[in-house]
Amino acid sequence: MELKFELNGKKIATVVEADSLLLDVLRSLGCASVKRGCESSNCGLCTVFVDDKPVLSCSVLAARVAGRKVTTLEGLQEEAADFGAFIADQGAEQCGFCNPGLMMNAIAMFRENPHPSEEEILSYLSGNLCRCSGYEGQLRGIQSYLAFKDAQKKGEV
Amino acid sequence: MLTIRQYVRAESLEQAYELNQKKANLILGGMHWMKMTTRSVDTAIDLSGLGLDTIVETDHTFEIGCMVTLRQLEQHPALNAWCSHAVADAVKDIVGVQFRNTATVGGSIFGRYGFSDVLTVFLALNARVVCHHAGEIPLEQYAQMPADRDILVKLVVDKRPMQVSYQAMRHARTDFPILTCAVSCVDGVWQASVGARPHKAALVRDQEGLLCGGVDETSAARFGDYVAGQLNFGSNMRGSAAYRSQICGVLVQRAVLAACEVK
Repeated sequence: MELKFELNGKKIATVVEADSLLLDVLRSLGCASVKRGCESSNCGLCTVFVDDKPVLSCSVLAARVAGRKVTTLEGLQEEAADFGAFIADQGAEQCGFCNPGLMMNAIAMFRENPHPSEEEILSYLSGNLCRCSGYEGQLRGIQSYLAFKDAQKKGEV
Repeated sequence: MLTIRQYVRAESLEQAYELNQKKANLILGGMHWMKMTTRSVDTAIDLSGLGLDTIVETDHTFEIGCMVTLRQLEQHPALNAWCSHAVADAVKDIVGVQFRNTATVGGSIFGRYGFSDVLTVFLALNARVVCHHAGEIPLEQYAQMPADRDILVKLVVDKRPMQVSYQAMRHARTDFPILTCAVSCVDGVWQASVGARPHKAALVRDQEGLLCGGVDETSAARFGDYVAGQLNFGSNMRGSAAYRSQICGVLVQRAVLAACEVK
């Protein structure tokens, strides 16, 4: 079947099977940031935005995004680069495999709640699993980034 | 592995219903659980173009479309203000935000899953389901019916004054629950909905009037023991029947005290 949607700001027309998953279609279109992890809707590695909401692309039929806007980390380069530096600075990306999914979901959180508490951060990101760096570094990286953004707004940096 | 031969975005409920009469066809919800199954689907029927993804508040009810996501439930201010955040509490630990952005109320209720936090809380809220052909059915009755080929269109909850609270126990946040529990008091009658036993949620009413004389730690504990005694529990990798029975009493007690804001 033919599928038309918007990917990272570009109109896409492609052919998919009825049971093609969004994850596979995005990877076939060159979005290598979208990782296949648990494939059971648990790990958050395959997080992308559909109409600006974070979803698990391993559990979304590609056919369901017809006419909708899909964003992957490739489409958020500037926003992600800033934040990624803070994650790296805290040693919170050892193997890096979970990072694209974490960054997508963290960016969704920043947009929805620019000043999250520690509990809100832990709650929002509870669907992003990491099996090597652990979560403390990620938390520190997020909090440092938010503090930097606040200072930037106040003209302090 | 799930395979799908054909995908149809339904243009009307009647079209979806007709397509769904064939056993090999299937209505799509959020697809998280369905994707884990091994089956060959001939036609996957998508209801997402039918405007069933809204929560409509009327003077007397909340009408929750079957395609409303768990995240919408969690974030709906009026619904959660009315139920003392019991609905948000019920769904907040279901995997992660990304999962809840696509998992649907209809999928969770239609599936009548044993582990369902959603079924547990809506039973305590005395919800009704509206099916395309069968019409309106109390959720308590619907939960006991075998799955059929009808379409669950929406959930209706009356905005009656109600004391309500939700409690669940998990080994870890985002895991399946070991036990779920929602307690409510409507018109002076207390009831507890307990799920993940690991059987699907069921309601127990305070038919002995254990809480009629007032709610305190002792009466709440007696009601908890009563509820645990009325239900059957099973064992699985998350907990034994005996363990579930023990924590059932504790969760019901906590929920009753929380519903009454007794510290």
